[in-house]
Amino acid sequence: MHSSVLGPHELLGQPAMTPLAVVDPGSLIQSVDWVAVAPPLIAAVAALAVLLADLFLPAGRKKALGWLTAGGLALALIALLPLARGNTRSTFCLQNVTGATDNAPCSYVADHFALVFQLLALGGALITALISIHTVDEEELPGGEYWFLLLSSATGAALLPAARDLATLIIALEVVSLPAFALVALRRDGRGAEAALKFFLSSVTATAVMLLGVSFVYAATGSLHLTAIADGLTHLPAQLKPLAEAGAALTLVGFAFKVAAVPFHFWLPDTYTGSPIPIAGYLSVVSKAAGLAGLALVTTIAFHQYGHTWGLALGVLAALTMTVGNVAALRQRADTRHSAVRLLAWSSVSQAGYLLVPLAAAGATRATAPIGATVAYALIYGVVNLGAFAVVSAVARTAPAARLDDFRGLFARRRWTALALAFFLLCLAGLPPGVIGLFGKVVVFRAAVDAGLGWLAVIMAANVVIALYYYLTWTAKLFAPAEAAGLEQRRTPAGLTATLALTASVAVVLSVAPQLVLQVVSGTLF
Amino acid sequence: MNVVLIALLLLPLAGAALTLAPFGTDPEAADRRALRLGTAVTGLVLLLTIALAAGFDHGRPARMQAVTDVSWIPAVGVRLHLGVDGISLPLIVLTALLTFLCAVYSTKRLPDGPGVPSARAFVGLLLLLEVGMLATFAVLDLVLFFLAFEIVLIPMYFLIARWGSGQKVPAANRFILYTLLGSAVMLLGFLLIGSKAGTFDMTQLAAAHGHGLSHPTQVIAALCIGLGLAVKAPAWPLHSWLPDAHTSAPTVGSVLLAGVLLKMGTYGLVRVLLPIVPGGTATLAPYLGALAAVGVVYGALACLALVRPGAKGDLKRLIAFSSVGHMGFVLLGIASLTPVGVNGALFANIAHGLITGLLFFLVGALKDRYGTADLDTLAGATGAALYGRAPRIGALLAFAAVASLGLPGLAGFWGEVLAMFGAFDPAAGLSRPAFVTYMVIAGLGTLLTAAYLLLVVKRVCMGDPKQPALADVPDMRPYEAVSWTPLAALTLLAGLWPALLLGLSDPAVKHLLGGG
Repeated sequence: MHSSVLGPHELLGQPAMTPLAVVDPGSLIQSVDWVAVAPPLIAAVAALAVLLADLFLPAGRKKALGWLTAGGLALALIALLPLARGNTRSTFCLQNVTGATDNAPCSYVADHFALVFQLLALGGALITALISIHTVDEEELPGGEYWFLLLSSATGAALLPAARDLATLIIALEVVSLPAFALVALRRDGRGAEAALKFFLSSVTATAVMLLGVSFVYAATGSLHLTAIADGLTHLPAQLKPLAEAGAALTLVGFAFKVAAVPFHFWLPDTYTGSPIPIAGYLSVVSKAAGLAGLALVTTIAFHQYGHTWGLALGVLAALTMTVGNVAALRQRADTRHSAVRLLAWSSVSQAGYLLVPLAAAGATRATAPIGATVAYALIYGVVNLGAFAVVSAVARTAPAARLDDFRGLFARRRWTALALAFFLLCLAGLPPGVIGLFGKVVVFRAAVDAGLGWLAVIMAANVVIALYYYLTWTAKLFAPAEAAGLEQRRTPAGLTATLALTASVAVVLSVAPQLVLQVVSGTLF
Repeated sequence: MNVVLIALLLLPLAGAALTLAPFGTDPEAADRRALRLGTAVTGLVLLLTIALAAGFDHGRPARMQAVTDVSWIPAVGVRLHLGVDGISLPLIVLTALLTFLCAVYSTKRLPDGPGVPSARAFVGLLLLLEVGMLATFAVLDLVLFFLAFEIVLIPMYFLIARWGSGQKVPAANRFILYTLLGSAVMLLGFLLIGSKAGTFDMTQLAAAHGHGLSHPTQVIAALCIGLGLAVKAPAWPLHSWLPDAHTSAPTVGSVLLAGVLLKMGTYGLVRVLLPIVPGGTATLAPYLGALAAVGVVYGALACLALVRPGAKGDLKRLIAFSSVGHMGFVLLGIASLTPVGVNGALFANIAHGLITGLLFFLVGALKDRYGTADLDTLAGATGAALYGRAPRIGALLAFAAVASLGLPGLAGFWGEVLAMFGAFDPAAGLSRPAFVTYMVIAGLGTLLTAAYLLLVVKRVCMGDPKQPALADVPDMRPYEAVSWTPLAALTLLAGLWPALLLGLSDPAVKHLLGGG
């Protein structure tokens, strides 16, 4: 303990890099840039507001909590607007001796990277909230808890991409995960508890491993700030190198768990099928995006030095992830219970593989430019995947088993819902008319080719073809002649209709004007 | 002019979107309205292409005309760059013509039965297919070319899987997975070029003529792109998706598959491979030529095997294999890298579209009448005797067959002869003995082609009309005459007046090969 307070360099006879004492203790109270931290803060305040409102609302009016949540998330999204206009804002910065913060590492930076991932996290949470409104009602989930947990988790997901030191990153990641365990467990049919336990145990293991890695890194470099770690790694004494390398590897393993990269993916299908459908969608998009953002930050900023090593490791991980995910998805039987969610679960594993490809490219070229492809693909994937989960949720109202076979003839029963799902699936497959999905794949391929990762690009090309098979089989089912006449017709609730309209129109608009989302590929992120 | 080209793409797209609108409550009336909409839109598109051809400056076919060049996705460097020259113009007209004829044909003869979707869906898919086909020939940006290449997959998949017959779903799956694998690899080649040359613009890249791209880059790019296009063309041994797709596809699907979709592959070779990565293409050309020569003989031998009595040969499958052979000539012409060969290839492209389109229409009509395209069932003991029973269909089938085998005076002749000429004297740097060998093998292929096509005529058209017939065979109906005669007339016209097409393509080909 003593050495970690002093910093290892003292022990080695080197001067300390960070000042331990401040001249004027009063200057420790630094001004906080409230505008910069507004998006996660609003979500957090909304979470507390929902928790309080739950106490005072009569049982019949609990439905209002859902709309309150959606409103809070919308407000948090609006708070992103002023940030997108101006320069990069940072806050919670270290101070140097004079109390100034010039060029000092900051813990919270609202740059483009952070803003785009916050858009994804808050937008994804908003869509999840809209899908959930009827689920909470119909499955009789405890309203106050559900909405509070969702908002808390969204707060963490919004905080994470802006975090620039390992402590904040891990805390944010835990704020994403801990409420998610409870959300998974809210379904009271036994399956939920099992799913949550599996999710909890694997996640806790991941966190423990990551904390160990972080402590190694801190021990080696004497800092938790990402930029300072990068600095520290460049002039590291030889005897500390193995420690730093082991720390970096363990930290990456922790994030790989969150992204559900193979071989750290085994918890995912059971967790998805056991949780309420909107939560499965949330986990597949927001929670995954949080892990991905953390991975991108840690690799490209902190461990920049080891680019070639983790670049190769992530490349292998990406290839494994997409292949295992696709092969497993291919083997899903259409007539088993929850096969629709299970298929989307495995498909989300394979999509995580595509998302890792630009990160591998970033490592291979030791540049941050390829990250833009991951960001763009994550945005596209977020919209269409949540759209697909919304349709599954709508279908599951009349066919609770949510088998793939329940989608047969959907076009004859519900024209627009079927068309929307077909569009989402083709976007996930990356085939026109899902133009935006195709361009998402194009930018990922481009990142790989530009970085000279031809082998990875070829593996991905083969995987795109495998994936097309199961997406297309599902799509074809929608238009097959209807057989199940026994299914009762129910009016789709307003929240679901709004979600479907929102996600489908966003996907269509992006298909016509892909520049809207692809501009993050060419823009500066950090 | 450029407005016409844009309208050419937007019109069918709007038509396809319109089929989603409500068409009235009565399903039959809605179907009729939808089919009429399909005919109207495709007819309008055909008129627009004719206007485009009329407005085309025939004095300067090497120049891109009706050009639109606006930025679309600056982040990736993709531009909406459209234009036509002497190479793409005939293909655009052919596409519009075949789609229109298919739409006319479908108004009267749409596959129906239990489980077949409504005609609205059919029209929507046909129009979406047309968008992709026209766009492939009109775009001048590599990423857009890839996009257009992919647009056709979903409509064609559903046309085969839902309106087809027999083992339709496996055939459709095979078609789409095979082609997608090819085009995904092709995309990697495009991205490699874009990464090294810094642009996806085909005209700029063609003008650079490979400058700025190292030889290894060119070879890898040419290999990737060539593989993708060879699947589509299809080149032996990547053709195995084609016979199944054709056998299962509905008539309209077969016509467009053979008439247009295969051309997208060979067009891509001429438009992308030859001018943009000339060095890589020259390295790979001998291999392409060898595959082409094998394809010619392989296609012909497969057809000969199918046409034998007792072989249970499916007539549609036979014509599909004959396509492999014909596309072999096209590929051989391209592989020679000479203006003569490439002109021949482009001519053979159009000729194959006309003739095989006609053949698939005819075989589709036979399949409708007999309920099967199985040669043995059709022919019975002596032959189906179409000359006696349905003389007009019989005569037209014989006409299409002799056109397909390359009878001088019909369209099939010029392309294949020019392709062989090209192979006889290949471009500098290519091994002449190898190409002469390919030419000889291809020449042998023409003999085999003649043999199986004449056998088909013998078994289908000739025979004893008195023998008990399998089914009542009505002769050509008016709607059939309307959709078939333009193809027959154009086959004759192109055969008698080849300069019509060659005059357009020759300057453009020289431009592409010379890079000037």
